[in-house]
Amino acid sequence: MATTRIYVPRETSAVSVGADEVAVAIAREAKQAGVNIELIRNGSWGASWLEPLVEVEVDGARIAYGNVTVEDVAGLFAAGLGGEHDKRLGPVNEIPYLINQDRWTFWRCGLTEPLSLEDFRLHQGFKALEKAFDGGPKAVLGAVTASGLRGRGGAGFPTGIKWQTVADTEADQKYIACNADEGDSGTFSDRLLMEGDPLGLIESMAIAGFAVGASKGYIYLRSEYPLTHRILTRALELARDGGWLGEDIQGSGFDFDIELHLGAGSYVCGEETAMLESLEGKKGIVRYKPPLPAHEGLFGKPTVVNNVVTLASVPNIVNLGGERYAGMGINRSKGTLAFQLAGNIRRGGLVEKSFGVTVRELIDDYGGGTASGRPVKAVQIGGPLGAYLPAEQLDTPLDYEAFTEIGAMIGHGGIVVFDDTADMAQQARFAMEFCAIESCGKCTPCRIGSTRGVEVIDRMIAGDSRDENYDLLVELCDTMEDASLCAMGGMTPYPVRSVLRHFAEDFASSGGK
Amino acid sequence: MTQGIDREATSEIAREFGADPAYLVQILQAIVTRHGWIPEDTIRQLADVLNLSRADVYGVVNYYHDFRTEAPGKHIVKICQAEACQAMGSRALTAHARQSLGTEMHETAEDVTLEPVYCLGNCACAPAVMIDNKTHGRVDAARFDRLVAGLRESG
Repeated sequence: MATTRIYVPRETSAVSVGADEVAVAIAREAKQAGVNIELIRNGSWGASWLEPLVEVEVDGARIAYGNVTVEDVAGLFAAGLGGEHDKRLGPVNEIPYLINQDRWTFWRCGLTEPLSLEDFRLHQGFKALEKAFDGGPKAVLGAVTASGLRGRGGAGFPTGIKWQTVADTEADQKYIACNADEGDSGTFSDRLLMEGDPLGLIESMAIAGFAVGASKGYIYLRSEYPLTHRILTRALELARDGGWLGEDIQGSGFDFDIELHLGAGSYVCGEETAMLESLEGKKGIVRYKPPLPAHEGLFGKPTVVNNVVTLASVPNIVNLGGERYAGMGINRSKGTLAFQLAGNIRRGGLVEKSFGVTVRELIDDYGGGTASGRPVKAVQIGGPLGAYLPAEQLDTPLDYEAFTEIGAMIGHGGIVVFDDTADMAQQARFAMEFCAIESCGKCTPCRIGSTRGVEVIDRMIAGDSRDENYDLLVELCDTMEDASLCAMGGMTPYPVRSVLRHFAEDFASSGGK
Repeated sequence: MTQGIDREATSEIAREFGADPAYLVQILQAIVTRHGWIPEDTIRQLADVLNLSRADVYGVVNYYHDFRTEAPGKHIVKICQAEACQAMGSRALTAHARQSLGTEMHETAEDVTLEPVYCLGNCACAPAVMIDNKTHGRVDAARFDRLVAGLRESG
């Protein structure tokens, strides 16, 4: 009897809404019904709103069922696998949300079995690394520079320049440090990639190491991602066992290995120098720059610090050429970004699109508006340090420079939607409160300013000398922005100022604390 | 949760990391994962084993949110307090949790410790809650109560 392949994601969001239980129910039902199945735990395609998204392979097509519950499973079998059912969405590769994307970096996510070296190899796995070995480090550096790729962690620094700097710096030891401390609310693209294509990240880091002459890599993973930790741990074992990490990789003469480190719940450790401190076993306190990590990074050695998505964009740049990547996007924002639709949105999930798409297109065309069905009031982009955009700014194209112009930032591409019930004075207060909780304490504007900021906002909400406190808050924002050591204190004013600018009336009406 | 941690268990974890002070964060994380918290005695012991000052170890313990210095309850319930979850009602969910568990943040009642967390990366399935290291999504008050009831049944 033929075996039917059934895919159930093993990915945090899918599992958080019951994917494991559904997988168990499918295995049980198959056994009872005497149906031969092969249960594959794939990554998520990123259509989080459809999770758990179950696929059944019929005649080579993967038929998708959305929001499957344990109670649905018997019905799926009764209808005949792949047959008609209320939850049936048709072939997964015809779902509009997924096909209308520009999947450059996330193309294997959902498609493949993350912890199968064989499946990875079948889907171009390690092909770019082999190509790098053939062409040499200069060719890789050339392709990355030509691609115009910029750091996807938030700062948007040109990756080619960073890699070239490390390559040009003489040292007995260099490092690749992958920043997987994805702490911005509204962002989950790093996690989705690490869970859906962990071997792809490993390949990316090896390519980076080869290009700059680094023999050791570190992944700094936040502790809030325990499932990701299990998946990455296993993927590293698989890569080592397969001879893709370690000494003399595949007879190339290139040595490279990766150590996986866990964070410990500090937001600031997502800042590159704080992350390096933490990797050295210390408090995650921000370092002064210069020296740049590219010159003196981890343990004082030249270090490439890149975000997960930045690194994972590289294999296809090597495979298909930097020009191809640079051909996507607009202006100086080349290529694609994995936007993450989150918060009060009907169809939340990951949408990898070329730069230039507008916020409104993402929210309306992909996201389907708010989950509550109410009008959009504000959209926070770029995490807790990002501005709140009012509805009239939603036609801004997603482009690093266009966002800078309106006092906002794209950051790591998280888009958090709030409906008209949101109390923006409370959101401004939270921005300061979060800074007070997470400040590393090294510089005064951030450490003290954030606490004073909460107090000033509380007075405004209470109606105590609102105009004077408004001026005081603006002045405080100026000080924090100009005098803080890193983005934590320096950008906390962004969301605060955006509330003052666009939603000042909420200070009078705030029903909160 | 016992008071204190067996010295041999701490030594073993330190040995797993080569007793190298560069792994202090990893060593502490391993201790918290296995034992739930870091007692004063353990800080002294680690300072000895890693050849660091007690202030160094204490500073690191004190810096990171994960490194509790008091024993938590048998179960740890973390509710995301960050923006994406706020947009989906996490403030109301938190108020409900405090009331139904009869505890405030960072406190323990009936063996359940309630803690805030700032983003679980489950922002498209908000609000998110983590219970004993497992993330749950689309958690409303009713689902929260069911999850907690499940904890009580499992003991």
